[in-house]
Order: sequence, then C-alpha cells, then structure tokens
Amino acid sequence: MTETTLIGAVTMAMAHAMDKDERVVVLGEDVGANGGVFRATQGLIERFGAERVVDTPLAELAIGGVAVGMAAAGLKPVAEIQFMGFIYPALDQMVSHASRLRHRTRGRLTCPMVLRAPFGGGIHAPEHHSESTEAMFAHMPGLRVVIPSSPERAYRLLLAAIRDPDPVVFLEPKRIYRAIKQEVDDDGIAMPLDQCFILREGSDITLITWGAMVKETLAAAATLAKEGVSAEVIDVATLKPLDMETILASVEKTGRSVIVHEAALSAGFGAEIAAGIAEKGLLSLLAPVARVAGYDTIMPLLRLEAQYMPSEARILDAARRTLAFA
Amino acid sequence: MTTKASFTIRHHRCLDPAGNIEGCLPAFAEDGTALTPLYRSMVRLRRFDAKAVALQRTGRLGTYAVTLGQEAIPIGVASAMRADDVLLPSYRDGGALLWRGVTMEELLLYWGGDERGSNFSASREDFPFSVPIASHCLHAVGVAYAMKQRREQRAAVCMIGDGATSNGAFYEAINAAGAWRAPAVFVISNNQWAISMPRSAQTAAETLAQKAIAAGMPGEQVDGNDVIAVREVMAAALERARRGDGPSVIEALTYRLGDHTTADDASRYRDPEVLKAAWAEEPIARLRAYLVDQGHWNEADEKRLIGEIDEEIEAAVACYLATPPQPVSTMFDYLHAELPKSLEEQRQAAIDAASGGRHD
Repeated sequence: MTETTLIGAVTMAMAHAMDKDERVVVLGEDVGANGGVFRATQGLIERFGAERVVDTPLAELAIGGVAVGMAAAGLKPVAEIQFMGFIYPALDQMVSHASRLRHRTRGRLTCPMVLRAPFGGGIHAPEHHSESTEAMFAHMPGLRVVIPSSPERAYRLLLAAIRDPDPVVFLEPKRIYRAIKQEVDDDGIAMPLDQCFILREGSDITLITWGAMVKETLAAAATLAKEGVSAEVIDVATLKPLDMETILASVEKTGRSVIVHEAALSAGFGAEIAAGIAEKGLLSLLAPVARVAGYDTIMPLLRLEAQYMPSEARILDAARRTLAFA
Repeated sequence: MTTKASFTIRHHRCLDPAGNIEGCLPAFAEDGTALTPLYRSMVRLRRFDAKAVALQRTGRLGTYAVTLGQEAIPIGVASAMRADDVLLPSYRDGGALLWRGVTMEELLLYWGGDERGSNFSASREDFPFSVPIASHCLHAVGVAYAMKQRREQRAAVCMIGDGATSNGAFYEAINAAGAWRAPAVFVISNNQWAISMPRSAQTAAETLAQKAIAAGMPGEQVDGNDVIAVREVMAAALERARRGDGPSVIEALTYRLGDHTTADDASRYRDPEVLKAAWAEEPIARLRAYLVDQGHWNEADEKRLIGEIDEEIEAAVACYLATPPQPVSTMFDYLHAELPKSLEEQRQAAIDAASGGRHD
C-alpha cells in the first residue's frame, strides 16, 4: 500500500499500465523531462524512455490526431492536454474521428486511446485554466467520459480507461489533485467504467455530483447529518455511459435529489441526470429535482472564482429547500 | 545581413502531355509492359467513376466525389507503395484503394451509405476515407510514429487536396512528422480547386510543396498527370521514409476535370476555356500515346480492356444493388466493443421503431 494523492494515483496507474503493456505510450506537452505541468507523468520518461513518453510539439489538435493514428495502428496512447481550456482543438479529433472509427469501419479499425486533462476551477489559475466543459464530450456518442474524485478511483478508473478498447476522455479535478491522501494498493485492479459510486449512504435526500465538487457535497452531507438529515452522496464518476440505475435506486429511496456540478447550469450534465430522474423516477419524487451549478456566465478570473463555484452553503441551501418542499 | 536559409522546389516530369519522353525514364518504366498495369488501372478508375456518377444521377448512389482527370495520382502513389504500408486517403482517393485491393463493391457500398464499405476486405490497415479536410494528416503521423517505434520498415501515406494545405491540421501534422522524423509521405493532389476556390486564391505561397520546407522536410512538385513521374517521386519518398530519413511532401499538379462532387456544378465558377485546355493534359491519353508509340498498346488491347473493366463494374454494381441494408441494431453494435448497458433501451427502441413500432 502506498499513501498517495489523486495526481499520484494518476501517475501510478500510467506507470502500472506501461509496465504491463508495452503498447501503452504517453504523449503531450512537457510530459517528458518536465514530468507534466502538474507532474502527472513524473518519472515515466526515466523508466520507459522517450519513445514511450513523447513530448509533442505545442499543438493540441496534433496531440488528439496523432493519438488517433497511434491507437488505430496498434498502440494504446494516453494523451495529456495541459488544461481543459486548451482541449478544444483536440475535441475536433475526438468527435470527428476517435468516437467514430470503430463504427464507421465496422470494427476493422479501433481507437483505444485516453485523452487526459485537468479541469475545473479553484486553484487561482490564469484565464482559460479553470473551466468545466465535460458535457461537450458527454454529448458525443462513442466517447466515454470519466471523472475520478479520489486517489483510489483515479488509479482504478484510469487503469480501466487505458485498458478500454475504445476512446475515453479522462478529466481530472485539479483542485483536489493534492487535497486528499489515501492508501492505494498498486495491484492493477481496475474499477468498472459504467458505474456510479455511493460515497455516503442516506435515506432523506440524494446529493449527486462528480469531480472536485465531491468535497463540498460530502461536507454538506456532514452538516445535514448534524441537523438530523440523512443525505446519500453519489459520485457519478463515469458520465458516459451513465449509470442511471444507481441514481434512480437512490432517488426512489429518498424522493429528493440535488445535482451539483461546477460547470455552467444550462445544458450541463446535471440536466441529463435530471431528465433521467424525470423520465424514470417521477413517481418517487417528493420534491422537484434541484441543481446547484456554475452560473451561465464566463468563468471569472481568480478574484471572483470562489463566487462562481458552487459552495457548501449553496448546496445546503438547495438541499434545505428540497427537504422543505411539501 | 546573412542568408540563414534558402530553398528551391523541383518539378519532375517524365512524359509531356503528348506522351513524349522528357529527360529519362526511371528503371521501372524502361520495360513498357511494366507500364500497362498502370494504364489499365487508370482506365478502370475512370470507368468506375463514370458509373458511380451515373448511379448517383439515377438515385442509386449517394453524393460521390469524382477523380476525373486526376487518375495518375492515386494510381501512381498506390503502385509505389508496399502492401504493408498504410494509406490514409481523402474522399477523392478511391483509386488508390482500388489498386490496393479494396473492391468496387466496397466503394459503392460506402458512397451508397453503408458502413460496410469501409470494412475493407483487403489492405485492412488502410484508413477509411477522411471526409473532414486535412484532419487525417495527423493520423498519418500517429501511424508512422507507431511504425517507427516498433522498428518496422513501413511508411504511412496521407493523401490530401490543395485546399487541405490551408488547414491547421496539415501544418500541425507536417510539423510533428518533421520533429519526429516519422516515416510519412504527404501527397497533395493539387487539382487547382477547393470546390469553387481556385488555387491562386487559396494561398500566397508560390508552391504548396514549399510548405514542407518550414516543417524541415523536403517538398517537391511532380506533374500529377504523368503517372510514371508520380510513381517515381513517390517511390523515392517512401524509400527515404523507410530508411529512417523522415517524412516528405509531394505536390502533384493536376486539374479537376469534373465537378467537386455530384452535388456541385463547376460551371458556376469555372471558365470553360480553361477546362477545355486542361483536357489536353489529362493523364490517360498521355500514357496511352506513349504506350501506342512504343508498340505496347493497340486498339484491340483497348477494346479488350474496356470489355473486361465493364464486366467487372457491372458485376460489382449488381452485388452492391443486391446488398440489403444492415439491421438497424448495427447503429449500436459497432459503437463500442461492448454495448454499454445504458444503450440497451435505445437499441431495442430503434429495433421496435424500425419494425413498425411496439404494440403493447
């Protein structure tokens, strides 16, 4: 067992996968000697060499496109984009090619690649470094979208993503990269890519979230507990394909739900979950589904970012209104 | 002031438009009979093309991108490749796939709207047509990187049009390929038009080949209507890539004698006089003139060839037209290696809807 942070677990998963499977390569900007701007690839080039830990030219479209070519040609690329704000050129390759290659060739060519990027706000980063636009990827058929929220899940979900025979977008909540330390056994055991995780069991209300917001959501659940309210907390973890069964089972039990995400409210992934609850869980609802999200405006620069992001107070406010609904 | 860099772009040609030898022929072309397969394949492509357009016009094929006038490029390029090289074609490069063993029926299935057309029965590592412009240049770099990393003596060949050289993906691809000395060859079929945009308006660069220089690799022009010259420069570029000397760019100059696709009408923007003049340089008549002059081809050969090709085309068309669509469930079955549980309901709904709806 090693005590590790979320980012340490990301490194551990990549090192494990590279050690066990020589087809796995890592590519991106500054992933070599520098070990990545967040140090996610630290030590990999020393261990696996520059042919498998590839510093790319500073071109995100190229990172996405080269990874597609590598994957189709039998490698298993794990491509890093330094910040989600720079992922959009690569989005073209994910949407236009990675997601479709298996489908359009009837399985003749496939695209077993992972596109990793840190995302979300809260670290006082410069402009373009704090957005959460996971819903764009979740909208695209053929892509899996995975967001870990603990060292354990980062390790096991990234291993699953690398082993998956199809493209996976793996978004890492950078605000909690080093916030939590956890014992993680480097045993190579993966977690499934189509499951939500119940982080805290409860019977009065379901709080549904993912990524860094797990922290505030768990804090809100703890506060509610002191008030005698039993809140269940679900970490969605894999947005696509979505495990509605776990969410519906919880809502059926509690009748009340609040969805929390950092991304802007409108057409955010919370809308998909709310729609799923409306479609399949309406009769178990005791109150309208609430959403606590980033506002429908541009992510502010660092002085106002804390006001943009959902706080424990906003989550509690929504939960109390939901609980008070007659 | 000192000069830090300078360059020249060479232009290569073996046969002039009348079919006369210019300079000297490469070794493979010295035996005229070795050229007849190239001739046959160009004629085969042109007749297939004409048939595809006829099928589209009669509602039996979807939108189709014609190769008319550019046949020497896909055939010259593909004939220089080895079977284990990987081709990354754009939508106008079906001729190269045909040379590499992909069947007419498969191309018809693709253009007729059936994904099975891209599940090639031959040359199975080749990429399907890239419809978005230039984005597959980056795939070629990834494929070439994989080949190099595995120490394979292979190369990736990416085919694009002149318009694609204005696209960021092209620049990012040649830049990365150069930086990594990836065994890739980028072939530009410069047919002078990107739908309605003439080459002169596409870029201020004097040649498209010179864009290679900025990426640290050689770039050269070739007469794209001279199949011998195309094959010769392509063979050299592939050899260079295989021996570890890195990527290169070939700009093959040709002229699009047809419309952009069957959905286009080039008379809206193209001077008919220019088109007429371009016909005088087309590749098939040029090679035929040379072969006839050398005594390697005659009218009886031509007649026999056309008979064979038309028979092949008719058989392929019959197979294509007789192929029923795949079941609606295949919309889901090829999306992932394994169907995610969350899609089971939609898959069933699609099956039910396609069979007239569920009556419960």
